[in-house]
Amino acid sequence: MTTATVANQAAPDAAPRAASGRPFVEFDQVSLAYDDSGNAIEDINLTIHQGEFVAFVGPSGCGKSTFMKLCTGLHGPTEGTVRVDGQRVVGPLKITGMAFQNATLLPWRTTLDNVMLPLEIVQPHRKRLRKERQAYRDKAMRLLETVGLGAYADSYPWQLSGGMQQRASICRALIHDPELLMLDEPFGALDAFTREELWGVLSELWEANRFTVVLVTHDLREAAYLADTIYVMSARPGRILEQRHVDFARPRDLELTYTPAFTDLIHDLRGRIGAIREGRTE
Amino acid sequence: MKPLSTNAKMRIAPWAAVIILLVVWEGVVRLLGVPQYVFPGVIDTANALVNYYEPVGLHAWQTFWTTVIGFLIGVAVGLGLGIVVGSSPLMYRACYPLLVAFNAIPKVAFVPILVVWFGIGTVPAIITAFLICFFPIVVNVATGLATLEPEMEDVLRVLGARRLDVLLKVGLPRSMPYFFASLKVAITLAFVGTVVSETVASNQGIGYLMMSAGSQMRMPLVFAGLITISVMAMVMYQVFAWMESHITGWAHRR
Repeated sequence: MTTATVANQAAPDAAPRAASGRPFVEFDQVSLAYDDSGNAIEDINLTIHQGEFVAFVGPSGCGKSTFMKLCTGLHGPTEGTVRVDGQRVVGPLKITGMAFQNATLLPWRTTLDNVMLPLEIVQPHRKRLRKERQAYRDKAMRLLETVGLGAYADSYPWQLSGGMQQRASICRALIHDPELLMLDEPFGALDAFTREELWGVLSELWEANRFTVVLVTHDLREAAYLADTIYVMSARPGRILEQRHVDFARPRDLELTYTPAFTDLIHDLRGRIGAIREGRTE
Repeated sequence: MKPLSTNAKMRIAPWAAVIILLVVWEGVVRLLGVPQYVFPGVIDTANALVNYYEPVGLHAWQTFWTTVIGFLIGVAVGLGLGIVVGSSPLMYRACYPLLVAFNAIPKVAFVPILVVWFGIGTVPAIITAFLICFFPIVVNVATGLATLEPEMEDVLRVLGARRLDVLLKVGLPRSMPYFFASLKVAITLAFVGTVVSETVASNQGIGYLMMSAGSQMRMPLVFAGLITISVMAMVMYQVFAWMESHITGWAHRR
């Protein structure tokens, strides 16, 4: 399929309703090739607005993680430009928090110390940390309490369950008040009940602070339940095949996931991805 | 008698193994009637230890501090080299074959060279101990650093962390279990290095003691020397095992 058709599909719906903020992340004709084996992602044009919750779904190997790297400045594009907050991205963005499928907590640190790790790196916190340690500790504790980990601040990661580790990982991603939260399949390794529980935790944090979220996921229900906008990506080289706005009222309830409107959306998305997997793009 | 609990059995087991070994040793020597100047039994060896405790003690002390100095140099060099080799894939590729090749050289082959350079005595022993013990430290520290999860690095790099930050906050703490594991191996190897060098080129130390006692067919004294080295090495091993479990206890969850 050609670039033109992608643009046509995205065009009628180009102005997201849910996000009222200014354009925050802008991709303009972005492609990235890691080596000579071809583009990992190709021709990405999109605008994520401040405070918007977007989800990327697609078959595995579609360059979702590459997209994250471009967004956070960990990798530069081969072609095109990436702008965040109006600035062209040339290096790592300190306004970003990241969480992965693997919680990647440091096993020699307690939960609290793990959550406080970014403060030891990011300015201006890094400078202030020594003097205002108590204030920062209180802040980390408050954050842990909001995700229900208050009692586990002094536990080590291996004493926590997978879901608890992932909560701590999200706290770590948020401790320095990032404007952009990047989540790379953060709930992928959890059981269904824990996952749904953490959807609630994440939406509450987002409702309260309204940072911009980019969620990469395989789980279509997760994308539809959490996001304002869903982008469907093609198989490698990853392109954006479809932009879909999700209009369900917020705050959303798990009951929503059993309504016909919701299941229709999932069914539709599932069909798209099934088609991509079989090599059909239409 | 009450049957022993598993716990008690675990505590007793190493001692029981030692006692069984001693009994078998003494039994074989007696049963076969091996003369003392060929293969002394436990009791003859113990007698030699008691009778010559002063020279054995002096030589043991010489061997001990020589080993410790060689070991400490080995730790410093091993840690430094390990960090350099482990923190970049390029350096890893570049240095690894050289290190392996160097490690394959029998360190005893260095002793004559060292004697030419430094004369006989303590210096070649220290250097031999160092040469033989730094390799496992390099390999372990480098492995610890090189196997850092890329996601973990990304979490920090996206925050603007410099290479040094990543090394200090994640790389080094993460490779500490590898480092301490290598110390246990390195200290015992350092003893080997010292004794080898003393045997060839020294007039002090357990190696020298065994060499000269052997040439006079005083085998109980030679065996007393052997026992002394193993005990020293075992104690030092335990010291580092203890340090390992106390400093990097997080890696050995129970």
